[in-house]
Amino acid sequence: MTEGAAVLDQHDVAPDDGAVVLQAVDIAKTYGVTRALKGVNFEVRRGKVTVLFGENGAGKSTLMKILSGVEKPTAGQLILDGEPINLESTNDAVERGISIIHQELNLASNLSVRDNIFIGREIRTRTGAIDYGKEREITEQLMTRLEEDIPPNTLVQDLRVGQQQVVEIARALAADARILIMDEPTSALSATEVEVLFKVIRELTSHGVAIVYISHHLEEALEIADYAVVFRDGELVATEEAANVDLGWVVRQMVGREADYDFRDEPRDFGDVALSIQGVTVAEPDTGRVVVNDVSLDVREGEIVCLYGLMGAGRTELMEALAGRDPISGGRVLLGDQDMADLNIQDRIAIGMGLVPEDRQRDGLVQMMTVGKNMSLASLLQTVKNLFIARKVERENVDRQIKDVRVKTAGQDALITSLSGGNQQKVVIGKILLTNPKVILLDEPTRGIDVGAKGEIFALLFREARKGLAVLYVTSEVGEAITASHRLIVMSKGRLIREFDPRTATRDDIMAASGEHDTHYDEGAAEPGHAAEEPELAAGAAKEPTAETAKAPAEQAAEEAAKGAPQ
Amino acid sequence: MSTTTTTPAPPAGAPAAEEKKGLGSRFNMNTLLVEGRALIALVIIIAIFAIMSDNYLTAGNLTTITKQVAFNAIVALGMLLVILNGGIDLSVGSIVGFTAAVAGNLFRGVHVPGTDVTMFPSLWVIIVISIAVGMLVGWVNGLLIARLNLAPFIVTLGMLYVARGLTEVLLNGQNITNELRGQEGLNNTGFFEIFASRPLGLPLAAWVMIILAIIFSIVLNRTPFGRWLYATGSNERAAQLSGVPVRSVKTQIYVLSGLCAGIVGILQMANISSATADLGTFYELNAIAAVVIGGAALSGGRGTVRGTIIGAFVIGFLANGLVIVGVSPFWQKVITGAVIILAVAVDQIQQIVQRRRSAAKAVASARAAAASRAASNEPGSNS
Repeated sequence: MTEGAAVLDQHDVAPDDGAVVLQAVDIAKTYGVTRALKGVNFEVRRGKVTVLFGENGAGKSTLMKILSGVEKPTAGQLILDGEPINLESTNDAVERGISIIHQELNLASNLSVRDNIFIGREIRTRTGAIDYGKEREITEQLMTRLEEDIPPNTLVQDLRVGQQQVVEIARALAADARILIMDEPTSALSATEVEVLFKVIRELTSHGVAIVYISHHLEEALEIADYAVVFRDGELVATEEAANVDLGWVVRQMVGREADYDFRDEPRDFGDVALSIQGVTVAEPDTGRVVVNDVSLDVREGEIVCLYGLMGAGRTELMEALAGRDPISGGRVLLGDQDMADLNIQDRIAIGMGLVPEDRQRDGLVQMMTVGKNMSLASLLQTVKNLFIARKVERENVDRQIKDVRVKTAGQDALITSLSGGNQQKVVIGKILLTNPKVILLDEPTRGIDVGAKGEIFALLFREARKGLAVLYVTSEVGEAITASHRLIVMSKGRLIREFDPRTATRDDIMAASGEHDTHYDEGAAEPGHAAEEPELAAGAAKEPTAETAKAPAEQAAEEAAKGAPQ
Repeated sequence: MSTTTTTPAPPAGAPAAEEKKGLGSRFNMNTLLVEGRALIALVIIIAIFAIMSDNYLTAGNLTTITKQVAFNAIVALGMLLVILNGGIDLSVGSIVGFTAAVAGNLFRGVHVPGTDVTMFPSLWVIIVISIAVGMLVGWVNGLLIARLNLAPFIVTLGMLYVARGLTEVLLNGQNITNELRGQEGLNNTGFFEIFASRPLGLPLAAWVMIILAIIFSIVLNRTPFGRWLYATGSNERAAQLSGVPVRSVKTQIYVLSGLCAGIVGILQMANISSATADLGTFYELNAIAAVVIGGAALSGGRGTVRGTIIGAFVIGFLANGLVIVGVSPFWQKVITGAVIILAVAVDQIQQIVQRRRSAAKAVASARAAAASRAASNEPGSNS
C-alpha cells in the first residue's frame, strides 16, 4: 500500500527521459478461430504519450486488455522494466503500476470520491479500521495536483463526467500507476473538459507517468501524442514520433491498402421509397437527453445507404428506434405507405423490417442455441403447420440460408459459439433475411470481423439490394462507408450533417464533416416541425448529387438559406 | 416420457455438434453426463436402499413413491418453464394450497350474496374452476413480472404470502374434509373414487405426470413457444430483436406454472382427503431442486423435461429411502440438501473443466501456428 507522500513525488527522478518501461514482445491473442492480435511488438516510454490508432477490430482494445491484465495473451511476453512478467489479473497489473481507465467509467456512483479512490485498497489504521483521515488527506493532495477542486466527500454521482474521469485518474495515481492506459477518454467530454484532461495528462508525463491513449478522434489524439502507433487487422503496422506525422499519414496507415471490395460501380436503379424517416427525434428514456435530433431520410428499394458517424453520434439510438425497441419522441417512420408508430419489433419484422444489432454477443445471438436455431428464430412462425414447427421445412430453410449467406460451419447443429465473428454475423444477417424483409437495418455490421468476411457481407448486401432490398447501415469506418454504399450520410451529435456521393467523396471530407468541433456543415437551423415538411435530407452540399437525391432547385435554395441561420 | 426430445441446449462452452437422435450425428458426451448424472445418481440411490432394506423395492412402496414423486414432478414441470426463462416461481406451494381451499369451498357450496340460494357446482366444474384459479394467480405473477419488469423472486415471494394467506382466510382455521365426499343429488360426488383410481395399476397422479410430461416435452421441442422460451432464457435482448414476443412468453409461463400447481392442489387434496391450510408448503423448494438436479441452469436457457422428471425421482427415492432405512428426520434434511448442492457443484465443475480444455486447445493451436510460421520464416503478415 502506498503512502500518500510517496504518491506525489516519487517520479521526480529523470521523469521524461523516454526510456522504455513496458514492452510487448510478439504478443498474439486468439479468440476461438479469430486472431485478434497476430504477434505485436509494442513499447511504452516513460513520460511520453503513446497514442494507438486503428479502426474497430484492428486489435487496439485487445492489446490494452492484455497490458492491463484483463486478458492473457495466447502467445508472447510482456516485459516491465526489463523483467519478463505475467499479469494474472487486473489487480496484479495495478500492483505493478499499470492502470487502465476504460471508456465506460468504472466508479461506484453511490460512494464518495474518497471511497472510490481507495476502493479495494483502503488504508488501514493499526486496529484494522479504515483510516479515513489519511485517505481524505491523500485525496485532497491528488485533487490539488489534478487541479480539480472536488471535496473528498462528494458523491461521484454528483460529478460531471469530466470530473468523474479525473477521479479515475486519481485512483490510478493513488495506486502508484506508472503506466496509465486511457481508452477513448474524451468520448463523453466537452471541448473544455478535453483541454483540462490534456493538461492533466501533460502534468502526469512531466512526472514520468507513461500514457497509452486510444481515441477515434484522430486530430485530438494527435495533439496530445508523443508517439503514434497504428494498428490494422491485428497487426502493428507503423510506429512514428508524432512530430513527424500528420492526419493524412495516420489515415493512410489505418486503412492501409484499400479494402479488397469496392462496390462504387454497382448499378443504381432504385425503386420506390421503401423506408421513409421523417423528422425523427429520439430522447433517452432515463435522462430525456435528445440523442437523435430531427432526422429525415428516405431509402429506396435496392438502395444501400450508409450512415457514417463516430460513437455517440446517435446512430445506434436511431437504428433501435427504427427497429421498434425504443419509442420515438417525434416524427414518423413509414415502411412503404404504412406508418409504423404503433408497431412493436415483432410487427415490424412481420411487415418487412429487421435490425442487425451493433453488439452481436449481447443483442444478436442466442448463445446457448445452435447455428440453425439462431438462424430460424425470427422466421419461426413461417414454418409452423398445425401448431407445430415443421422441422423438415425449418431445417431445409436453414440449410439453404447457410449456403446462401456462406456461413462456414460444421452444420446447422453446431453451437453458434463455435463460429468465428464473421460467420456469427452472417448468421445474424441470414436470420433477418429469412424473414423476407423489404428493409434491413444494420448497426456496425462489420465490427470485429476480419477483412475477408467484411467483403463477403457487403457482397451479400449488394446482391440482395439488386433484388430490391433497401439497406440502411451504420459504420464508423470511413473506408467501408465509401466503398460499400450508394449514398453516404454523415451523422454527428444526433443530426444528419451532410450527404455524399461515395463515387466522389474523399476521406478527408467525410472525416471533417463528422468532426466534433466542426459544425461548418451543420444544418441545425431546422426549426421543430420544419423537417417534417421536408422528408428528403439536403443533398445540396454533396459535390455531385445523384439522380435520386437531386431536388427541385427551389427546395435546394430554401435549404441553403436555412443553413445560414445560427444553430 | 419425452421420447422425441432433441436436447435443446447443451451447456455453454460445450463443443459443437448437437445430438440428433440416430442419424449418425456425433455422440455428445457432455449432454450424456449432464443428464446421465441425475440418472446415475438415481440408480445408485435405488441400489443402496434396496440393499439396506427389503421393504424398499416392494410394489407397495414403489407405488407410494411414484405418487409422491408425481406431485413434485408436476409442480416441477411448471417450474422448469419458469426457470428456462431465467425466472423463478416461489408461489407454487401456496397455489397448491389455495387451489385446494377453493375447491373445498366449492364443495361446501357457494352462498350467493343477497339471496338464500347456495350453489353447488358439479364435480368437474369444481375441478376446472379451482385449477383456473391457480392459473389466475400465475397470470397475476406473470403480468407483474413481464409488464412491470419486477423481479420474479420478489413478485412470487410476495405471492407466496398472499396465496397462503388467502388459503387461511378461505379455510378460516378449519380443514375441509367431509364435504369433499359430496352429496347425492348435487352432482358433486365421486371425487375420491376418481382420484383413487389406478388405471393399469398406476396411481392417477402418475398418469397425470406422464401426460403432462409428454405435452410439455412436445411444446418445448416442437412449437414456436418452446423455442422462444429457450431463446428468451438464453438471451432475452437477442430474442426480442428477432421478433420473439418475450413479454407474452414470460406471462404465459407463469400461467402454466399456476396450472401445474393447481392440478397438484386437486390431486393432493384427494390424496390426503382434506383441504388444509398447510397443503403444498415447501413444494416450491422441492420443485426447484428437481429442476436443478435435472441439469437445468437457473440462469435460464438450459433444461429438459426428461431431466426434471429424473430430478423429481431422485428426490423422491432419496426421501423415501431415508425414511425406510430409519434415518432420523433431522439427518434426512441434511442429506437431501447435500445432494442438491452436490448436483449443482458437479455441473459447475464439469463446465469449468470443459472451458479449460477448450482454452488449452486454443492456446495449443495458436502456439503451433506461431511455431510453424517461425519455422517457415514467414514475416507472419498477410498484407
